[in-house]
Amino acid sequence: MHIDKDLVAASATPLVLGILAEGESYGYAIAKRVAELSGGRMSWTDGMLYPLLHRLERNGLVEASWGRSGSGRRRKHYALTPAGHEALAERRRQWDVVAETLGEVWRTLSDVPAPQAGPATAGGTA
Amino acid sequence: MNAPEVLEAQIDRWRDYVRRHRAVAPDDVDEMTDHLRERIDDLRAAGLDDEEAFLVAVKRMGRLDAVSREFARAHSERLWKQLVLLPDGTEEDVSPARRELAVVLACAVGAGLAVKAGATFLDEGAFLTNLGLLVAPFVAGYLGWKRRLAASTTGVLVTGLVVLAAVLNLYPYTVDGSTLALAALHAPVVLWALVGVAYAGGRWRSPDRRMDFVRFTGELAIYFVLLALGGGVLVGLTAGLFSLTGLDLEPALEQWILPVCVPGAFLVAAWLVEAKQEVVENIAPVLTRVFTPLTTLTLVACLVALATAGDLTTVDRELLILMDGVLLLVLALVMYSVSARDPLARPGLFDGLQLGLVTVALAVDAVALTAMLTRIAEFGASPNKVAALGLNLLLAVHLARSAWLLLGLLRHRRAFGDLERWQTAYLPVYAAWAALVVVAFGPLFGFV
Repeated sequence: MHIDKDLVAASATPLVLGILAEGESYGYAIAKRVAELSGGRMSWTDGMLYPLLHRLERNGLVEASWGRSGSGRRRKHYALTPAGHEALAERRRQWDVVAETLGEVWRTLSDVPAPQAGPATAGGTA
Repeated sequence: MNAPEVLEAQIDRWRDYVRRHRAVAPDDVDEMTDHLRERIDDLRAAGLDDEEAFLVAVKRMGRLDAVSREFARAHSERLWKQLVLLPDGTEEDVSPARRELAVVLACAVGAGLAVKAGATFLDEGAFLTNLGLLVAPFVAGYLGWKRRLAASTTGVLVTGLVVLAAVLNLYPYTVDGSTLALAALHAPVVLWALVGVAYAGGRWRSPDRRMDFVRFTGELAIYFVLLALGGGVLVGLTAGLFSLTGLDLEPALEQWILPVCVPGAFLVAAWLVEAKQEVVENIAPVLTRVFTPLTTLTLVACLVALATAGDLTTVDRELLILMDGVLLLVLALVMYSVSARDPLARPGLFDGLQLGLVTVALAVDAVALTAMLTRIAEFGASPNKVAALGLNLLLAVHLARSAWLLLGLLRHRRAFGDLERWQTAYLPVYAAWAALVVVAFGPLFGFV
């Protein structure tokens, strides 16, 4: 499903921070986890993940370290820092407000006949 | 070519393409290649063939121009256009850069004060012998701090410095003897190799890191000269102003400004190279292109001078020393051209010019070697002669193989990578030879 790029950009940071809050990870695994969590409906341009990770690293929200993959390739691992945990909590509060507000809007709309596909697509048409 | 090789070749081409984006650093290319390979593996596991998997994986990576632009935004320091040393972003962005600046300034002041202390407390000979030792720890310290060196690497560096300091100062050298002079002359090479280990973050075996260090060295030299020129103008203007008011700047200049500021400028230059690599990477190719033909002419002049100098046993030793200097310059030029050359470019005129340079240099080296051997046969071996002979032999091997590889490149028999690898593989030989001269020549020749 196509999701508007501004929406992808806005949600990317909390998604990455949230996934890293589950434990240390690396680029490809993060991308895969996003696809998994969204049931394949949300996928990024893979390359864009790295500038984002580097920006988070630069801002001190994640910590990076070079290691090796199972097959011996160099691989950069990322882990959430305390500042990252704080940022995640803050982002989460903001997103909760947005989601609740949107939820209210969808509820008032549900009196009106919804588009054919029903509520399942509601989140994606914003 | 079988299937895995085709895929590897495709991945390599993709890597090279990514690498050409200025805002994408070598480490980022590694990181993204790892991603690409994982994606390809998963797609192949899902039943796609190599070709399809590669195409889909590359497509999913996205348009590299857009990705590169994002990298540029995330790493503004990588683009020479933004010639600001402190990123003008948020405060979170500023603090690491500020911290680095503070470390650099502390190291610069430290180096300056160390040299000042050396100039004050050591006699002139001991000061000149130890000059490198007074500055190098600060350069290595800054780079080591920046690369977050592992404790083991730091241990190796500290041991190296201590051993070098001990050898230079505790060996019972004859005052003004030639083994002491040789040790003092070769010590900076060993020190620079130690700095290289710090620069590579301990990964000094990696050819890429070594090449980076070659670039770093060349760029550092350019920056240092630029800073020195600027500083010279400032000092000159100040001295002029002072003289008008009847004050003499010279005591202050000799006592403080030179000993403190010159080493400080060296560290600041190192920091500038680290912060602004792109600026000089654009100058380097131009400089090598200008100086390769000019140096070839110089070498031809040297050859003529040697040929007309008459009997090889009577060739002035000053001339031979100068010749070594010119040959080292040739080598620096070759290394720097190799480091700045686009690996993907087709062999062209400039590679031919370089082959010409290396060939003439080989001829000069052959004449110099003959002169040295005849001198040794005539007058016997002395530390100076053996050191010079060794250096010329090392140079001859380096140049001969470089010429051979350049010829292969021009005839499309060899890849540029072979030439690159030869340069980086040979570098430690010089460090090892310098270490040998410093450590072994004294005892071997009875500290004369």
